[in-house]
Amino acid sequence: MATASFVASADRDALVFQAEGDWLLATAGELDQRLRALQLPSGRRVVLDLAGVERLDTAGAWLLKRTDNELAARGNTVTLANVREHLAPLVEQVWAHSAAALPHPIPPHHTLGGFVARIGEVSVQLMRRAYSITGFFGLVTLTFVELVRHPRRLRLPALVAQMETVGVDAMPIVGLLSFLIGVVFAYQGADQLRRFGAEIYTVNLLGIAILRELGVLLTAIIIAGRSGSAFTAQIGTMQVNEEIDALRTLGLNPVEVLVVPRVLGLMLTLPLLVVYADFMGLLGGCLMSWASLGILIPTFLDQLHTAIGLWTFWVGIIKAPFFAAIIALVGCYEGFNVARSADSVGRLTTQSVVEAIFLVIVADSAFSILFSLLKI
Amino acid sequence: MQSQPDNITIRVRGVVNRFGAQTVHDGIELEVRRGEVMGIVGGSGTGKSVLLRTLIGLQRPVAGRIEVLGRDILHLREAEQRELEQHFGVLFQDGALFSSLTVAQNIEVPLREHCALPEPLMDEIAATKIAIVGLPEEAGDKFPSQLSGGMRKRSGLARALALDPEILFLDEPTAGLDPIAAAAFDRLIGDLKASLGLTVVMATHDLDTLFAICDRVAVLVDKKIRVGTLSEHLQDPHPWIRAYFHGPRGRAALDMNSGQHSPIDAGSQPLAGLA
Repeated sequence: MATASFVASADRDALVFQAEGDWLLATAGELDQRLRALQLPSGRRVVLDLAGVERLDTAGAWLLKRTDNELAARGNTVTLANVREHLAPLVEQVWAHSAAALPHPIPPHHTLGGFVARIGEVSVQLMRRAYSITGFFGLVTLTFVELVRHPRRLRLPALVAQMETVGVDAMPIVGLLSFLIGVVFAYQGADQLRRFGAEIYTVNLLGIAILRELGVLLTAIIIAGRSGSAFTAQIGTMQVNEEIDALRTLGLNPVEVLVVPRVLGLMLTLPLLVVYADFMGLLGGCLMSWASLGILIPTFLDQLHTAIGLWTFWVGIIKAPFFAAIIALVGCYEGFNVARSADSVGRLTTQSVVEAIFLVIVADSAFSILFSLLKI
Repeated sequence: MQSQPDNITIRVRGVVNRFGAQTVHDGIELEVRRGEVMGIVGGSGTGKSVLLRTLIGLQRPVAGRIEVLGRDILHLREAEQRELEQHFGVLFQDGALFSSLTVAQNIEVPLREHCALPEPLMDEIAATKIAIVGLPEEAGDKFPSQLSGGMRKRSGLARALALDPEILFLDEPTAGLDPIAAAAFDRLIGDLKASLGLTVVMATHDLDTLFAICDRVAVLVDKKIRVGTLSEHLQDPHPWIRAYFHGPRGRAALDMNSGQHSPIDAGSQPLAGLA
């Protein structure tokens, strides 16, 4: 494979620019360097002699055209000469369609002003988001009110299907993780409390921690990762395929068809999942207490009975529907935000999980404050 | 790719494609000559896209042999396959642009992968391709979601042309374009073929495209393929082919293009009798 070269030789009053060899994409990098290093004349008559060019592609033709442009910009009169017949159509094509590459805009936020502007931009965006998510919440609430007035419009099959996928199908993972957390918690608690000879209080610790906080929080986080993301991806993909628009044109309300079954399904299922997670967590703790502390199961149950009241259990369960509403609403909301690109589905799915977990934990702290004010 | 014993770019022998129990192609025979535009037509579900995917190497046939640029593409090593693919340009139906990249970045993807070029030169080459496919200069900085369907097609074509391929595969290039844009796209393909010396294989339903730029047409019927020039197909007695080329749309396209092609010999097949 011959490389390309050029010879600038004085020929009477005109300068001859000779291109030779293969002007191809493969040699373009090297050619580009040589061309840029070249001292260009100005105010002369220049002949671009292509007699030596054996093979040419668009990249090579562009380099020739660029040289032509640069020569012309320096006040030379440039003429093309000896273009081989089979290369002529390509040369014509590129000469007719040459374009200067657009200069890349320099990102503005590397300056102090840009930095401040960016803070402002992000703040305004956040406020817009808060505004729009409140709007979405209102829309869903209105649809719920509408459904209470016309209960027959509730889509029962969709609701049941959602409850199955978000609830029943999540049981193995929720059960296993709660069990393991119970085991770990009992083990760590026993280790600390044994120093004070208060091993039996491991049961109190376990009961209160799992029933009040861990059961519900852990389940909510698993469900946010599992179902919240699925909601965003499903609705987002429908958005990309224009299915949401199709629903609208068919006279169906997308909120009623897609959002209500998901929100309601999750609100009904999450409390049940939490009960199950509580049970599995206590089971894990119970087995661990027996194995490491020798606390027998009847003793465990007796101690648990004295340690917790009914409210300990309800405090955990009450939070579940609220967490469920947060996860489902955020998941659906982000789904509707998807633009027509694959990239945006992935980005918003991640965002939906992060936001849901964040909001769940914020809500949990709010509940803690509320319960301590109510002295529960 | 210099040594081509004959003038055949793509040679397909006895290709069989089967999905489960359903046989789509049963012994496809096809030869595409260097520098020609080959149209592939067929009813819905006859496997136009499957055939195209088979030629590109995205779909492995159950049986048969496919030679592209003199090489058996079904028995290539990974590296040879990659090397060969640099001589292909593929335009998918809706452009298949990478949605997270701008048009210019999309065009630079193959350049970045296969050539070591300085950044400014890459931008210049991308800008040249954008101009060649007839997009406005600003299109380079736009994302695919900001473009109209026709502009996405042109951008997809620019990306397909990034490495100056020898063979261009087009899947329904004019589908979804308005007639003016479709005609312009046809002209563009014709121009590019002439100036870049491309061999073009396209699956299309657009009769105007077939009449305007295709040198030969491959018709998929009865799981086999019939290759010929348009005038040969117009004489074909097969009921589907007759219905296709002699239907109202076929005749309209024929009338429009008859000045250039005149595929019907006088007297041999009077069109008036077919209505």
